[in-house]
Amino acid sequence: MNKVFHVMYDDDDTLKGAAAQLVAKGIRVKDVFSPFPIHGIDPIIGVKRTRLAIASFMYATTGTTLALLGMWYFMISDWPMNIGGKPSFSLIENLPAFIPVTFEFSVLCAAHGMAITYLLRNGTLPGMPATNPDPRTTDNMFVMEITTEDNHLAADEMESFIKETALVELSIKEYK
Amino acid sequence: MGIGLVALVGGYLTDDTHHHQRWWANLLVNGFFWFSISLAALFFYALNYAVEAAWSAILKRVWEAIFKFLPIGAGIMLFILLAGQFHAHHLYHWMDSSLYHEYMITDGDHVSYVDTMEAGAVANPNYDHLIAHKGAYFAPAFYWFRTIAYIVTFLVFAMLFRKWSLQEDEKPSLDLHYKQFRRSALFLVFFAVFSSTLSWDWLMSIDTHWFSTLYGWYVFSGMWVSLLIFANVLLVWLRSKGYFPEVNSSHMHDLSKWMFAISMLWSYLWVSQFLLIWYSNIPEEVTYYTQRFFTDYKWPFLITFFVNFAIPFYMLIARDAKRNVKYVLIVAFLIFIGHFADVYLMVIPGTMFDHNVFGLFEVGLFLGFLGLFINRVLTALSKAPLIPVNHPMLQESKDLHH
Repeated sequence: MNKVFHVMYDDDDTLKGAAAQLVAKGIRVKDVFSPFPIHGIDPIIGVKRTRLAIASFMYATTGTTLALLGMWYFMISDWPMNIGGKPSFSLIENLPAFIPVTFEFSVLCAAHGMAITYLLRNGTLPGMPATNPDPRTTDNMFVMEITTEDNHLAADEMESFIKETALVELSIKEYK
Repeated sequence: MGIGLVALVGGYLTDDTHHHQRWWANLLVNGFFWFSISLAALFFYALNYAVEAAWSAILKRVWEAIFKFLPIGAGIMLFILLAGQFHAHHLYHWMDSSLYHEYMITDGDHVSYVDTMEAGAVANPNYDHLIAHKGAYFAPAFYWFRTIAYIVTFLVFAMLFRKWSLQEDEKPSLDLHYKQFRRSALFLVFFAVFSSTLSWDWLMSIDTHWFSTLYGWYVFSGMWVSLLIFANVLLVWLRSKGYFPEVNSSHMHDLSKWMFAISMLWSYLWVSQFLLIWYSNIPEEVTYYTQRFFTDYKWPFLITFFVNFAIPFYMLIARDAKRNVKYVLIVAFLIFIGHFADVYLMVIPGTMFDHNVFGLFEVGLFLGFLGLFINRVLTALSKAPLIPVNHPMLQESKDLHH
């Protein structure tokens, strides 16, 4: 039977100190729930650097390509349009006119792509069930989640280590 | 510097163009480019004070050392403009007073110009309707009033900033800090106007028939990014020599971010200026671009834009790239040349037209100015403690970490 510890703190700095203390003892912290981003917690609990930026770059590149392809088809290939006497049979000669649209479309794709990826990855799309262990973490409390599954230490030993930190509340649940 | 001196003299002697046009034009390119870097340092110094930026407190002396070059840069600019006023060269077409009068009276060898059809007057073949319209702005008295006003303002602020900064080293004083804060804000007001009008007067007026409201910002963003590149490379070099041990990778990251951001600002302004002119296609606006697109300047002009935009964009967009010294140095080297080429292409097409030559003289003059500039900056750096002793935000700057 696996156990999950939900350790609650009332201050982000206390939590950071506690996390460092536990990590030093060889305990792996699975996750931290907090009302706001805690500066500097990532390296302590070993969160990997986000790859959202790379995803965003790929979305933007997709946007650029789609916009240019689209405009080439609509304005040059399918039905050449003469706007303000600009050359209408060549993408490259007409390119300056397409730059603003291409830019906007790239930004649109990057922004939407990033927002949707972020929400999906965090499981926070509208309508998705909440996964945080305690509603108070959306207000003024900070919870650290530690599971026996992730750790090699015995549950009792872990519990005693956790109790050494400046916690406010501890709940232990069992799950399969 | 030696190379520069040889190039300067040799270039003058071997230059066979009319009125040594090539020599003067290249002197203007270099004079303005290096002057503008030190001017941008003064601006950036004031900006950091005015917005109470803490991260850069540790780098304060770098900006100071760079703007200490201002008197030399301003002297070279004054020399070029004075020479133009006395017709030693013909970089500024509008300095020819015969353009402004519709009629002329010839009396033997003596020619006098008049504005009305008087007895004995004939039409002046030199009369330029468009330039005559700008006569009030280009009147020598007003022109020189502006030029002197820019230079005096910059030099006075540079001198005061440096003086207060050194005073602060001796005795910590919050009053002095807030005084610099207020004076910096005041300087920014002057700079906002002068950076625009200065680039109209000294660079845009080369293409006298043409005008662009955006030109001032375009020149300004160019000088700003050139400063950031120079400062970045200077700091990398100084740190490799063991100076500035307190400057950490976060400071360098911030500088590279600035370099990236202002490169984008420059590209944005370049495109904005080009796009509107290209789209509307109005004869008095397109002259600037026809002179660059339908001549031998086409490829240098396009390549300059792509180097200055695409290289920083693709190579510096990632966080790891901005923190990688080698990467940043490669980009910095390329776009520094790129921004020099940018100033070069602002000046040369309107002064050398189809007769431009790019040879050893140009390279030599660039290296000479580079040597002089580095020499002055390092000398200025050695005159004061590298880290300001009593800056109120110094500790915050040292602790910078992200």
